[in-house]
Amino acid sequence: MKLDTSGLESFPSLISHGNDVAGEISAPPSFELPNSNNFDGFLKEAIQMVKPAKGTTTLAFIFKEGVMVAADSRASMGGYISSQSVKKIIEINPYMLGTMAGGAADCQFWHRNLGIKCRLHELANKRRISVTGASKLLANILYSYRGMGLSVGTMIAGWDETGPGLYYVDSEGGRLKGTRFSVGSGSPYAYGVLDSGYKYDMSIEEASELARRAIYHATFRDGASGGVASVYYVGPTGWKKLSGDDVGELHYHYNPVTPSTIEQEMVEAAAT
Amino acid sequence: MARYDRAITVFSPDGHLFQVEYALEAVRKGNAAVGVRGTDNVVLGVEKKSTAKLQDSRSVRKIVNLDNHIALACAGLKADARVLINRARVECQSHRLTVEDPCTVEYITRYIAGLQQKYTQSGGVRPFGLSTLIVGFDPYTGSPSLYQTDPSGTFSAWKANATGRNSNSIREFLEKNFKETAGQETVKLAIRALLEVVESGGKNIEVAVMTKEDGLRQLEEAEIDAIVAEIEAEKAAAEAAKKAPPKDT
Repeated sequence: MKLDTSGLESFPSLISHGNDVAGEISAPPSFELPNSNNFDGFLKEAIQMVKPAKGTTTLAFIFKEGVMVAADSRASMGGYISSQSVKKIIEINPYMLGTMAGGAADCQFWHRNLGIKCRLHELANKRRISVTGASKLLANILYSYRGMGLSVGTMIAGWDETGPGLYYVDSEGGRLKGTRFSVGSGSPYAYGVLDSGYKYDMSIEEASELARRAIYHATFRDGASGGVASVYYVGPTGWKKLSGDDVGELHYHYNPVTPSTIEQEMVEAAAT
Repeated sequence: MARYDRAITVFSPDGHLFQVEYALEAVRKGNAAVGVRGTDNVVLGVEKKSTAKLQDSRSVRKIVNLDNHIALACAGLKADARVLINRARVECQSHRLTVEDPCTVEYITRYIAGLQQKYTQSGGVRPFGLSTLIVGFDPYTGSPSLYQTDPSGTFSAWKANATGRNSNSIREFLEKNFKETAGQETVKLAIRALLEVVESGGKNIEVAVMTKEDGLRQLEEAEIDAIVAEIEAEKAAAEAAKKAPPKDT
């Protein structure tokens, strides 16, 4: 019985090794070289292609009463919507929230890890960790994994002794303190609504409506965002989920269908 | 008993760690140090052996800063103290770097005590031969604290305490005479305690006061002399009052 050695065949390499006397099996192993002009850079391009493009919309802002955090709930793999019900606002502990953008697994795991570290800090120091401290712990961890392929674009929002706190932390190792952030592919659209409607002296209802509207507008225009717009509020006593509305229904809430006036009505023709 | 003090990792049959106890002996031979906590400040006082004429006294400061809001005084082996103080200073800054906040007095005390304990449970090293008095203000609550650590690695908070030579007599004095004080009164109480065992005079005492606003301030020799004079005068007045016959009602 002749053994099927087709699996052992190596493709002819561009660089010939000169010893094809014994046949293909004994040719030195070689791999397919890419058909590319940019031989050195193609690998980087390939990574960029596969890298999750942070298809999402998340936002958070500080206002007079505290911090408002909102996100959509769509997960996409390229053009395929893999889920419409992803929890993108992660509860680190009763007074701190993190948002998810980028790799879902990375975000979930490192937020859980941050929760553990925050709890250990509480136990060791008999006081809660500040939002500054928590965001710094996460940023230091992400920095140490810099260049290894983590994809995390998160906002840490919370209330500590100094009041409301909001930090943006990403997998490049960056950490920014701020009052208004939006992260993800839908963020330009969300920023448009958020920035034009923002006032520091909003009430909780106004702020939650602004957050919801900003997410809705982002889901309307960005294909990678959709599902349910969740809105959370972080106040002095901790976080509270305020609403979770399907953006399809929100569309008709913001753009109600008005019955048009009938100009001409078709009636049955009288029998002659 | 002598067999059990070679390797410090070994317990004696009756449960002693002899190296640690010998380290405590070294502390008992060190300079007296006293710390008193007031309501708005904390005072540290240390016995100063008379400095040699040619020695630059500024290079032998016994009360040192660990951070803007934390200071330390110790009794025992001064070389060990230097190492411990350096590690504590680095840890204070490291804490500021990782959580963007100054550390509490309790945190750094726990760190120093942890370090001292580590050296009682490792091979080939001896314990640090010093006890420390750590004072400071909590950066969040603003309340003053005084902690003490010893070579075994235990620590606790105190209203007033002493360590080093004759610390028992100083502590007795403090137990009898302690009351909640503020400002200059706390300084006087600390100096009075130290004077129980030290020859009077600004030359033999080093005193520093830590306040929330101004951090650590070392008192000048002249200031200390003035306070000592006040204390002597009060003592003399008390003596005279005792000797004088009681007035009729």
